[in-house]
Amino acid sequence: MYPAPFRYHRPEDLPAAIKLLSRFGDDAKVLAGGQSLIPMMKLRMGDIAEVIDIGRLSGLSNIEVRESTLCIGALATHAKIAASELAAGIPALVEAAAGIADKQVRSMGTIGGGLSVADASGDWPTCLRGLNASVVIVGAAGSRKVPISDFVVDAYATCLKSDEIVTEIQVPLPDANTSSAYVAFKRAAAAFPTCSVGVQLTLENNICQQVSLVLGCAGPTAVVSAEAEAQLQGKEINSETLRAAAQTIVAASDPPPDARGSAVFKRAMLETLVVEAGERALARCRGEAVNGGHRYA
Amino acid sequence: MPESVVVDVNVNGVAYQREIEPRLLLVEFLREEIGLTGTHIGCDTSYCGACTVTLNGRLVKSCTCLAVQADGGEVCTVEGLEQNGELHPLQEAFSEHHGLQCGYCTPGMLMASKSLLEENPSPSREEIRKGIAGNLCRCTGYVNIIKAIDAAAVKMQGV
Ligand SMILES: Cc1cc2nc3c(=O)[nH]c(=O)nc-3n(C[C@H](O)[C@H](O)[C@H](O)COP(=O)(O)OP(=O)(O)OC[C@H]3O[C@@H](n4cnc5c(N)ncnc54)[C@H](O)[C@@H]3O)c2cc1C
Ligand code: FES
Ligand code: FES
Repeated sequence: MYPAPFRYHRPEDLPAAIKLLSRFGDDAKVLAGGQSLIPMMKLRMGDIAEVIDIGRLSGLSNIEVRESTLCIGALATHAKIAASELAAGIPALVEAAAGIADKQVRSMGTIGGGLSVADASGDWPTCLRGLNASVVIVGAAGSRKVPISDFVVDAYATCLKSDEIVTEIQVPLPDANTSSAYVAFKRAAAAFPTCSVGVQLTLENNICQQVSLVLGCAGPTAVVSAEAEAQLQGKEINSETLRAAAQTIVAASDPPPDARGSAVFKRAMLETLVVEAGERALARCRGEAVNGGHRYA
Repeated sequence: MPESVVVDVNVNGVAYQREIEPRLLLVEFLREEIGLTGTHIGCDTSYCGACTVTLNGRLVKSCTCLAVQADGGEVCTVEGLEQNGELHPLQEAFSEHHGLQCGYCTPGMLMASKSLLEENPSPSREEIRKGIAGNLCRCTGYVNIIKAIDAAAVKMQGV
């Protein structure tokens, strides 16, 4: 299978890439790792006349800490994030990165690409929503920073204009009382999750000060529930309180029945995963080392 | 007709220059342009790993990589495993432990195993399973593949 013919551009730097995007508008697509774009082009999805390869642009794949924020370049690969000592401070990030597909896909695919695809089952849109990340975008009109909740607007839809490129993902670094977990249920390595859950928890004297819960694969975009979070705030976190909050957030979700499972199955699975991710985050808040990893069918 | 591009790719230590269409996939470049047919096309949809090679040291599915992405880069394929007429320890171990039946998945399996052992010279069986999670085999049930990788790891540690 070949993609339809296209013209290939490899701009020298970011301004040159943006200039090309401005010139070609909707006929153009940027190519990062190609792990979503190439399969789509081989299936002849979309009308892509101009491919702008940003994969080699320098300075866009760094992972660094600035002002208590973890800044991840859009071109950082899943593999690089999974192995990053800085990212290890946010366990949910590493669990999401290490659980994406297989070694081959992780070695090419990037966080910026994974986020920009905005697949409802994609790991990055879900995980980053739970961590209250922000997205730095550069376009012809300059640069802007948007909260992740405004970046993904619908299934496969972001707020990106046709001349814009994601350059960085910013994740607030957790304090000493805060930790996180991200767990997915998958049918195979090289498959998108059937369900996924992210939890970030701040604990003081065993009492929940702050919590963020997020579900993936459970609607067109990541599902959050202020009601479920309020249920946990000020309470002791244990499997009962987690289960109750899980039921509330799952009730607010709408997992589509598909080849990966019925809606009933997915709801039950999501509930279980909220408890599992919550317990993992809880143990980490208490300073216990807990190994991550997804659940496989 | 979109213009063609000239690419320089080093494959198994040999430099190749070709004028190609930008839409040419790396796997087609290897098989059709330079005649290295050891790299197989299984699913052609990014799932099976039969087409696995390394590009600048990274393990990649060459059906999900454009040849232009490899421009200026170094590719290693299954043909590059044998050195001076000597099989790679992984190749020997696959043969000894019946790590293949039809052999279709084998080139990709070998490249994935090589990459695994480079990162983790003595993996547990669990780590081996995870390391080859991107490579499907319809024949063996994986048991002998895992045995073979384990045996090769032991042998390579010994030298
Ligand atoms: C077999 C297989 C299994 C997979 N399993 C999973 C999985 O389990 N979980 C998961 O989350 N994903 C999975 N994926 C998708 C994978 O994570 C991709 O790497 C990722 O979705 C896209 O990243 P990329 O760098 O390859 O982007 P590309 O494919 O290069 O681009 C994808 C899209 O994003 C746009 N884009 C890329 N970078 C930018 C940027 N910086 N700014 C603006 N737009 C940009 C492109 O124009 C394109 O539209 C899988 C893919 C495959 C092939
Ligand atoms: S042929 Fe490339 S993954 Fe199957
Ligand atoms: S030996 Fe036949 S597919 Fe693996």
